Amino acid sequence: MDEILLLDATERYLNGEMNAEEKAMFEQLRQSNQEVDQMVVEHTFFLQQFERYGGLREMKHTLHDVHNQLMQDGEIKEEVLSGSAKVVNLWKRYKRTITIAASIAGVTALSISSMTLLVAPKGNEKALTELGKKVNQLETKYRQQDRKLDNVISKISPDIVITGIGSAFLVDGKGYLVTNAHVVKNAKGAFVSNNKGAEFKAQIVKIDEERDIAILKIEDKDYKATATLPYSIRKSSTAIAEPIFTLGYPRNEIVYGEGYLSAKTGFNGDTLSCQIAVAANPGNSGGPVFNRFGEVIGILSTKETKADGVVFAIQSKYIIDAVNELKKADSTVDLKLTSKSSLKGMDRTQQANKVLEYVYMVKVY
Amino acid sequence: MKPEINESELLEGLARNDRKAVETLYRLNYSMVQAFILNNNGTADDARDVFQEAMIVLYEKARDGSLELNCQIKTYVYSVCRRLWLKRLQQLQRFGAPVESLEETVPVEEELEDHERKNEAFGVMEKALSHLGEPCKSLLESYYIQKKQMLDIAAEFGYTNADNAKNQKYKCLMRLKKLFFAQYKKVD
Repeated sequence: MDEILLLDATERYLNGEMNAEEKAMFEQLRQSNQEVDQMVVEHTFFLQQFERYGGLREMKHTLHDVHNQLMQDGEIKEEVLSGSAKVVNLWKRYKRTITIAASIAGVTALSISSMTLLVAPKGNEKALTELGKKVNQLETKYRQQDRKLDNVISKISPDIVITGIGSAFLVDGKGYLVTNAHVVKNAKGAFVSNNKGAEFKAQIVKIDEERDIAILKIEDKDYKATATLPYSIRKSSTAIAEPIFTLGYPRNEIVYGEGYLSAKTGFNGDTLSCQIAVAANPGNSGGPVFNRFGEVIGILSTKETKADGVVFAIQSKYIIDAVNELKKADSTVDLKLTSKSSLKGMDRTQQANKVLEYVYMVKVY
Repeated sequence: MKPEINESELLEGLARNDRKAVETLYRLNYSMVQAFILNNNGTADDARDVFQEAMIVLYEKARDGSLELNCQIKTYVYSVCRRLWLKRLQQLQRFGAPVESLEETVPVEEELEDHERKNEAFGVMEKALSHLGEPCKSLLESYYIQKKQMLDIAAEFGYTNADNAKNQKYKCLMRLKKLFFAQYKKVD
């Protein structure tokens, strides 16, 4: 209580709210009592820091706003290097590396080709497993009963047979989701459901089998659009050993997993994807992979059949490519990616719980 | 001929967090910085981060009134960005060719050290506030940053009178100070 009184006195003193008599008394107290004096100094310093913090935070907001607005108005542009200049630049930058790499590559290629002749396994077994889930009839029935038990009214009429399950995540609050192409391939249609179990009808608006990316749009009157997503899509690649986490639906419930980035390329040096170490199972396909800043760095897609914990994810920059292609092909598509993650600085638990509701289960029929 | 822009007015605007001034500074300087970063192993994202940090350096100096520019703002911003980017490259060990410099620069090393100390204080305060939790955080921000009246705050947060709110505010403040100084002393 005393401390509060002293704080109050200090603030009134600093704000000049004391009358002359009171002020004189307080100053005397400061002189006679070291502790009080120190407290005034400390408090002045602290308030200064606090105000500085407030101003700085506001300035950061303004800068962020102005950047986005000028970008929208086209007054500043992301890329100023023209195509050819860029290549020349790259060439200049990597000239030495390239020549060395080329000579090494030549030697290795020769030795490997002679070796593979000796050790290559016979037959062409499938080395990669797509993590979309094929659902058999029995399981479908079980799920339907399960649903009845839970007394949830499903939008999926009983005569629709679900043939596959995967994960997906929102890239625009208006209802655009990204998943793997192999999840929705050959599908007649799709339903998506969020972590609370609410189901929505979704339309497949783009399938890019080469990159294994598909874009869905929720077309359902019950779906309420969210204004901004807390995470952004990362444009550049991520460093090896960077911690990551994933969310997806290998079962009826959303499941969290964490690990790290193991390699910058995927299976057999595939530059579309990257390798991560995380537990993944059928149903995880299409789920987001986040880094520690809460940026999406990839879409979980496949795992190596014969090895444990070797999982591959499509690199996030291809999401941006796919979105741009879709917008080019169809000018009515109003899809805007979030430019900056608001999850920076939060701990894992907070981050994962903030993004839970934006990760969906995909059921295709 | 370019229209004459009063640089000291711009800086005063920046110190007040005036949106117009920020926009003008952005328009005048961003492309130059982006070109520099892209030419030196960076991406557009890097350019944005570096440029915004340089603007913060400028803002802090303008607000403290410690800014004596004996060069154009453009030169100053470029120098700061160049220094920041060199440092970032060193951390990332992304050195390719030596960083090329086309524009003239002024020495800014000391100022950036000062900026780094301030940046650390900002981080400590941010962390302390996030540990403080609600409603303390909003209560303190309303009074000390947004400068709202105690009476309005009492109404907004549902305290019966201004004195109650004031008492609560001091309790929160004491906790925040404790959190802040526990970290801040370590930084020193």
